[in-house]
Amino acid sequence: MSTLSRSTVAELAEHLENAELQAYDVEKITNKYPDMDWEDAYDIQWEIRSRKEKRGTKIAGLKMGLTSYAKMSQMGVDTPIYAFLADYFSIPDGGSIPTAELIHPKIEAEIAIITNKELTGPGCTIAHVLAATDYVMPAVEIIDSRYENFRFDLKSVIADNASSSRFVTGGNPKRVEDVDMKTLGVVMEINGEVVATGAGAAVLGNPAASVAMLANMLAERGESIPAGTFIMTGGITAAVAVKAGDSVCVRYQDIGSVSMTFK
Amino acid sequence: MLEQSLIQSYSDELFNALCNQQMIEPLTSRSPEITIEDAYAISNGLLQKRITVNNEKIIGKKIGATSAVVQNMLSVNQPDFGYLTDAMVVDESEILSISTKMIQPKAEGEIAFVLKHDLIGPGVTASDVIRATDFIAPCFEIVDSRIKDWNIKIQDTVADNASCGYFVLGQDVVSPRSIDLSTCGMVVELNGQIISTGAGAAALGSSPISCVVWLANTLGRFGVPLKAGEVILSGSLVPLQDVKPGDHMSVNIGGIGRTSIRFD
Repeated sequence: MSTLSRSTVAELAEHLENAELQAYDVEKITNKYPDMDWEDAYDIQWEIRSRKEKRGTKIAGLKMGLTSYAKMSQMGVDTPIYAFLADYFSIPDGGSIPTAELIHPKIEAEIAIITNKELTGPGCTIAHVLAATDYVMPAVEIIDSRYENFRFDLKSVIADNASSSRFVTGGNPKRVEDVDMKTLGVVMEINGEVVATGAGAAVLGNPAASVAMLANMLAERGESIPAGTFIMTGGITAAVAVKAGDSVCVRYQDIGSVSMTFK
Repeated sequence: MLEQSLIQSYSDELFNALCNQQMIEPLTSRSPEITIEDAYAISNGLLQKRITVNNEKIIGKKIGATSAVVQNMLSVNQPDFGYLTDAMVVDESEILSISTKMIQPKAEGEIAFVLKHDLIGPGVTASDVIRATDFIAPCFEIVDSRIKDWNIKIQDTVADNASCGYFVLGQDVVSPRSIDLSTCGMVVELNGQIISTGAGAAALGSSPISCVVWLANTLGRFGVPLKAGEVILSGSLVPLQDVKPGDHMSVNIGGIGRTSIRFD
């Protein structure tokens, strides 16, 4: 059940997209619209997506957020959230990211997959996801909430495309049957120092469970995950703030590493 | 430097606390001038009592305070070590009785090294450790403190045999040459729920191998070798977890395997 009018949804989408494109922060939208619901929040996100597509931007993939049980219970919900990745979010492995284009970036180490079959919910399970996964690869997400000091509630963050801003993928992808996504370890280094470690099971017990949930959540809007979709499954490590001059390398067990610098 | 008689009396006190499952006041609050060297002397006195009174046999060593979190908590920038005896071994088939054996236990997921050659520092390198290692195994170390409420400074835990309690080794073992010990992931479950994950580089910001290098070189300065056949516990890769009777835990390490432990 939506509560916002179509014109309000369009207005909020423009408001949040402008903040993203021009790199300034705004206050969370639920301050002004305390009664907005989940559907409103996703309506705004899909409206931002459609604004970009109308300008010729391609969708490079999907991502899941809030995938750790600890974060979900902190926010008082029992499901993660999803968002889209625009083509210009993609930074090549080893590339450099201008911080002037961002507000207050943080990085998260994730496991990504690319599918080779369509995934359709409801009823999508880990088994369906594994059967539809072509490769497993490393990905680092650069999140950059458009809200002041990352202060938001869940509906505000969904509308803000789950803080998506940039991502780096690459490494040494492996076939899904050649890796154990649950125990796959990650080591995040900034300027050569280890700042965080973790393993895949931090993502909903298994990163494939995150993709199954994505298919099931998309089904509620009559959408599916097309074959060939790149999906970032959710942060394994806590999000760590970065600044101009930082050089980041995230090393993964069995699937290589990705690196980037911030300038 | 503490008087020899005080060192002996602290060793005796810790030994009695261990045997009677009692907690004692921190040594650092009673003797603030205690040095880390004093603490190792006390630990050695405690070990000698375990050998002579309880007939325990040394079977290896453990390294503690290897993670940034624990080092910050103890305000130190280097690890510490203790001795493992045969009385500390728990088999996967056994249930560890907290009420009859422990005081305030916490579980740590670790990687254990079992050696096939002696390692004698100083001058031991990472490649020496790999060459001297027969196999590595998943491990739970159940640490315990004889110091009241875990109110420990580095000298307290060193004197208390690095807070060692019991340990269990998994039966999935691999050669250290077969995996990358820096990126291997660890997943720890408590009563079926994932409570923490980590990776090898949580150990000294490098890898568990660096912990064994540190131990071989540190003990080498005192003429103590790491011996063929010994078990070396390389330090926790995840936060410590309080455990109570009825709990069960499992640890799964990417590329190595798993182990588990039950408590009552």
